[in-house]
Amino acid sequence: MSAAKTLRCRECGRDYPLQPSNVCEFCFGPLEVFYDYDAIRRVISRERIETGPPTMWRYHDLLPADAEAAIDIGTGYTPLVRAPNLGRELGLERLYIKNDCANPTWSFKDRVVSVASTVARQFEFDTLACASTGNLANSVSAHAARAGMRAAVFIPADLETSKVIGSAVYGPTLVAVDGSYDDVNRLCSELGDKYPWAFVNINVRPYYAEGSKTLGYEVCEQLGWRAPDHCIVPMASGSLFTKIYKGIKELAWLGLIDWRGTRMSGAQALGCSPIADAYERDSWNIRPQKPNTIAKSLAIGNPADGYYALKTMRDSNGGATSVTDDEVIEGIRLLAETEGIFAETAGGVVISGLRKLVREGHVAPDEVVVAFITGAGLKTQEAVAPALQPPLAVAATIESFEQAFEEREGALPLTKAV
Amino acid sequence: MDSVRVKFTFVEELIKEPIIWKLAKEFEIVTNIRRADVTDARGWVILELQGDREEIERGLEWVREHGVRVDPVYEDVVEG
Repeated sequence: MSAAKTLRCRECGRDYPLQPSNVCEFCFGPLEVFYDYDAIRRVISRERIETGPPTMWRYHDLLPADAEAAIDIGTGYTPLVRAPNLGRELGLERLYIKNDCANPTWSFKDRVVSVASTVARQFEFDTLACASTGNLANSVSAHAARAGMRAAVFIPADLETSKVIGSAVYGPTLVAVDGSYDDVNRLCSELGDKYPWAFVNINVRPYYAEGSKTLGYEVCEQLGWRAPDHCIVPMASGSLFTKIYKGIKELAWLGLIDWRGTRMSGAQALGCSPIADAYERDSWNIRPQKPNTIAKSLAIGNPADGYYALKTMRDSNGGATSVTDDEVIEGIRLLAETEGIFAETAGGVVISGLRKLVREGHVAPDEVVVAFITGAGLKTQEAVAPALQPPLAVAATIESFEQAFEEREGALPLTKAV
Repeated sequence: MDSVRVKFTFVEELIKEPIIWKLAKEFEIVTNIRRADVTDARGWVILELQGDREEIERGLEWVREHGVRVDPVYEDVVEG
């Protein structure tokens, strides 16, 4: 039985019953799941979590859905790896990478959709829906397939074929909308009002967003029940950023870890950086932007949780940064070449953003830093391909190989004695 | 009757202007303020507008012409 108690308005504090709804009818503020923490405190323990399944559902006591009903395709408990090579490169002694590429549809969206699809089925919806340019569409399609639900996935008509396939294979109804990004946004908001479908990021958004907390829980557990000193997180709507912090705070409230004052810093691509822009202006007022960046998974110009992300970074003494598209590519290559992890563009934003924050003195060399890599590089190959060297083209002879190799790489090693 | 949720952001020079009152007087629009944060230097107001879609569009254009920033309250729902 979930300990979720009510939906609570983040602005005026009004409580609503647990229902498919995301906006306070009184003040239009966003709703968030509120839990009976006393009930959670009575049952939860490190041992209980450690003996749970090796997925995000090991933290079901802190999620707004019942574990027995979970639509679980094996999401979460992804690797947290020490990154000594990248750490040396950036000047950090204790850098870790949380590699969420290792999820079933290769991005962190599986965490939020696993919760959203579970809740949607409990509310007896038969259709799971979303508007997406990539990762979310993949995850919604996969979870709907597993849950035996219909999926309605809305994509912009000009989306690349490779991204369409990553959803189409699961058999959803894919709807390619002929129009601008704003048109797709408006259409889906209107459809969400009209049809009895569970739009994961609209009417079940309060539940959906809670899935991101599991990233915070996992990192603490994987560090030996210790909170990181500093988290570096990509920001789109800002929801992931705030929920990782909420996850760490909840573990501390519940006495599962010591509170260490974890700092939260967010990274955006310069071509869509409304949250970092407000931070730099020292303002609480997010100015919506028209996205223009290769980091499409972060291209949210009017971010729903922008204000709360600003609040989180200021409360935690963190910060924000933004990087150019060239730096995004550099970040992807740097992570791949130093640690063997191929991230999508959002990962490039995080790595280059971290480098910038270190150079500006916002991240101390001895902090335990966790960089969150939220999606796999095979999803955005076209972004990085032009920056990579083509393979050496050689004839099938030793001479041809040696000539080509030495032209590019320099002298070959001494040959083996025979 | 259509209903639209919008956010008006005012710069300092416009804080004292009764823009929302004028909007309701000049156009066939019902204005219903839900949340606001106004200081002497700047302010924003989230409100619901009710009326015919075209009349609301005309009214919002008029508000923009007065230098007020108008944004939709629904945030982006298309995610990566």
